[in-house]
Amino acid sequence: MYDGGKIITGLLVFLILVTVPVWFNAATHAQARAPQLKLPEGATACVEPTAEMRATHMELLNRWRNAAVRSDERFFTMPDGKVYEKSLSLTCLKCHDNKEEFCDRCHNYLAVSPYCWDCHVEPKGGRS
Amino acid sequence: MAEKTQQELLQIRYTPPRRDWMDPSVDFEARRGSWSYPAAGKNLTYLGFPNPREWSPADEDWKLPDNWREIIYEGFRERLKKFRSLRVFLDTCVRCGACADKCQFFLGSGDPKNMPVLRAELLRSVYRRDFTTAGKILGGLAGGRELTPEVLKEWYYYFYQCTECRRCSVFCPYGIDTAEITMIARELMNLVGLNINWVMEPVANCDRTGNHLGIQPHTFKDNVEFLCDELAEITGLRIDPPINKKGAEILFIVPSADYFADPGIFTFMGYLLLFEHIGLDYTLSAYASEGGNFGLFTSHDTIKRLNYKMYAEAKRLGVKWILGGECGHMWRVIHQYMDTMNGPADFLEVPKSPVTGTVFDHTASTKMLHICEFTSDLIKNGRLKFDPSRNDRYRVTFHDSCNPARGMGILEEPRYVLKSVCNHFYEMPDNTIREQTFCCGGGAGLGNDENMEMRLRGGLPRANAVQYVHEKYGVNLLTCICAIDRATLPTLMDYWVPEVGVSGVHELVGNALIMEGENERPTDLRGEPIGDKEAASDV
Amino acid sequence: MRALTALLVVAVLLGVVWLGAGVAGWHAFFGVAVPYAAVLIFLIGIVWRVVTWARSPVPFRIPTTCGQQRSLDWIPSSTLENPHDGWGVTRRMALEVLLFRSLFRNTRTELTPTKRLVYESDRYLWVAALAFHWSFLVIFLRHLRFFLQPVPQLVTFLESVDGFFQLAVPTLFLSDVLILAALLYLLGRRLLNRQLRYISLPADYFALFLLLAVAITGVLMRYVTKVDLVAAKELAMGLVTFSPKVPTVIGTPFYIHIFFVSVLFAYFPFSKLTHMAGIFLSPTRNLANNNRKRRHVNPWNPEVEVHTYAQWEEDFHDKLVAAGIPLDKE
Repeated sequence: MYDGGKIITGLLVFLILVTVPVWFNAATHAQARAPQLKLPEGATACVEPTAEMRATHMELLNRWRNAAVRSDERFFTMPDGKVYEKSLSLTCLKCHDNKEEFCDRCHNYLAVSPYCWDCHVEPKGGRS
Repeated sequence: MAEKTQQELLQIRYTPPRRDWMDPSVDFEARRGSWSYPAAGKNLTYLGFPNPREWSPADEDWKLPDNWREIIYEGFRERLKKFRSLRVFLDTCVRCGACADKCQFFLGSGDPKNMPVLRAELLRSVYRRDFTTAGKILGGLAGGRELTPEVLKEWYYYFYQCTECRRCSVFCPYGIDTAEITMIARELMNLVGLNINWVMEPVANCDRTGNHLGIQPHTFKDNVEFLCDELAEITGLRIDPPINKKGAEILFIVPSADYFADPGIFTFMGYLLLFEHIGLDYTLSAYASEGGNFGLFTSHDTIKRLNYKMYAEAKRLGVKWILGGECGHMWRVIHQYMDTMNGPADFLEVPKSPVTGTVFDHTASTKMLHICEFTSDLIKNGRLKFDPSRNDRYRVTFHDSCNPARGMGILEEPRYVLKSVCNHFYEMPDNTIREQTFCCGGGAGLGNDENMEMRLRGGLPRANAVQYVHEKYGVNLLTCICAIDRATLPTLMDYWVPEVGVSGVHELVGNALIMEGENERPTDLRGEPIGDKEAASDV
Repeated sequence: MRALTALLVVAVLLGVVWLGAGVAGWHAFFGVAVPYAAVLIFLIGIVWRVVTWARSPVPFRIPTTCGQQRSLDWIPSSTLENPHDGWGVTRRMALEVLLFRSLFRNTRTELTPTKRLVYESDRYLWVAALAFHWSFLVIFLRHLRFFLQPVPQLVTFLESVDGFFQLAVPTLFLSDVLILAALLYLLGRRLLNRQLRYISLPADYFALFLLLAVAITGVLMRYVTKVDLVAAKELAMGLVTFSPKVPTVIGTPFYIHIFFVSVLFAYFPFSKLTHMAGIFLSPTRNLANNNRKRRHVNPWNPEVEVHTYAQWEEDFHDKLVAAGIPLDKE
């Protein structure tokens, strides 16, 4: 007895499952391209270098929130002397004023749903 | 023979030695008592097996054929193609260690190579080095070992130290079955003439005379008649079981030990009383006079060769179906191999009890029924009357034999029968019965005297469990449905728990059965006064 | 010693990727060529392995029965532990594959000072094995968010369950904690249990060290060293849409992680890790115990020499006559 049919079926199921990314993306016509963000016009620099912000902005926001809400430390000074308020709505969103074309693009790409908007009023342009 | 005292045997250390397991050397001289004598040349010659000669494992030169390595490789290659089990079991072990303390030979000896994982690793290491890419390149680093004469000697020592009981297979997350590994390792060793006499002599006997013990037809008849004389004395009933009778409804096949030696003969007497009582139309056969099959401990081809007689004889005698007696490995063969090897048995009918009319549908293909299934059905249908008090001198426990438990699953039937025929039944601890049962220590051809130390060690877990119920409930009778058990357990009990005797299930059936026309029984089947509880201490 | 050998191999692998991707900057090689090769080896290797197994037949039906057989209809049979049909086998296999039934049975045996053998249930290995395998599966599935566009809800749901406690930012995944704990336990027992250390091969340690390396680099990247996730996904998506792209903004930790994953994939089919597929083909588990009811066919059932009745009658003719046992030939 070989059970060849069952084994081949099993192998096929296995191959189909492990190649999900290939045929799923083919079916949805997904592109490898990363989303294009709409950068604020006029502003030239963020509170941290771009690379740093891309990788760790969530931690910065978390630190800001804790500092502002729990310790009432609402301001911080940049190395160049500029003072910013630790505030998502008043600082970040002032430059990055289009949530849909900035925040949401990446968050959707990676299926991240930050809980910013559990408390903050969501700016125009849909949920992030 | 046991030269060592209990205290000496019990100095068991489970901590592995410093010596790496990959070192194959075995000091056979120092380990006398833990290996079996090699097969006598005459038996191999009779069977047409390779390399018949006189030799001893204690010799330096094992007189192997010059090209032994090529023979083993070729045999290995062939078996990898024939057995998926072998390939899968060799490839998938992760050495998780779950099996390590499940083997009675490890528990009784502390020898790490008796851990099932390492026993298999003895073969696996050779497989790795010579049959896998990683092993060919990396060798020892990948766990490969070269096949040297020392490795072959180590195989002989350890694969004739496994009773193919399958206990490890119950606990393995992948079901790796060391019995399968051992069977194939023994096949490989057979190719170069490494076999043990306690297996090959029964095999040669069985092929020639029809049974392992080499009992010839006239002696077969004498033995049966002698037992009938005993029965006449005890019950007053004269029974005359037919032998080689054509046209009987049922062919009844038992392990040969049942008509040869104490205590198996009492079980045989029990069968005869039962059949007489229900008026069964059956026949014994002096040709198919063996239920057991030492081919199982030799090679798959040998299983088929010996088992051939059952169906052949059933066909010749023109019976409707076959009934089998109490025997462990016999039922592994009948249940898992016979139909595939010697079938289809399309000339037989599906077994049907002539007494109750029950059709045993679960045997529709092999057409062979276990006597405990048959008797259970009789009892359930109220066709038997018992006086269980005739077994009152016994406090009974039941030893599940490895093969019926883990290669078949006949767990409840013997218990049902036992509980019907005796008043005092006690189970041993859960981890030692049913699918977790321990081996008697002497299965798979290891029940010989020269291997006594390892038998007593391997039997320790069983003996320990018996001792427990002996002390707790006063158990004094260890019942079983296996002829090898009936041959080896008495020795084991004598050594570890001397107050406990051994019997088959149908001996107790025979004792308790109330038969028409019998006289008041002065004694039980052993000739011991009935109901004499004092006698219980020296069963 | 064997553990050190394995650790050394993993260290060398780390050195290779550190020098290659970190110092020399061969990002295309480690980000594209190696993963492609690894997955290819994995797929072909697994298929080859299973086909090799499948080409050997199952000559005999040899289930290990772990419960009451199905015989007389008034005796309840154990359909899970001793299945008599395909449905029973399916359930038995599901229990083995999903919940490691046999490992659940595990006991530990001890010889007491009074020389009694005692058996205790021992489920630590079972718990650790379950924790490891299920965590691995969850982590594997969670990673689909880097390989699928759009990300299916199933993946986000799994992620939200895994991060249920919402501890820390980024959310701590339960599976990350479990897999590290389980791997450390499995490694610890292999090193500390003397019986287990005795039977362990370098390959046994290597698998654990490699898995630890994968898990640790992943955890470090998520919680400590950080990575530009958009770039990471861009690379992953490039691979699975066959338009590989190597973003410039990904750091060395990322390459270390995917290099270890690649090694794991490529190593898989040639190691004991094939137990993933092997379990399905184990003849002591995947067959029904209906041997006496249905005939199992062996494709190579050999012809063997037998001692026929006629020969036997001839051999013992005189004795048969003397004993009065009926003969075929008079």
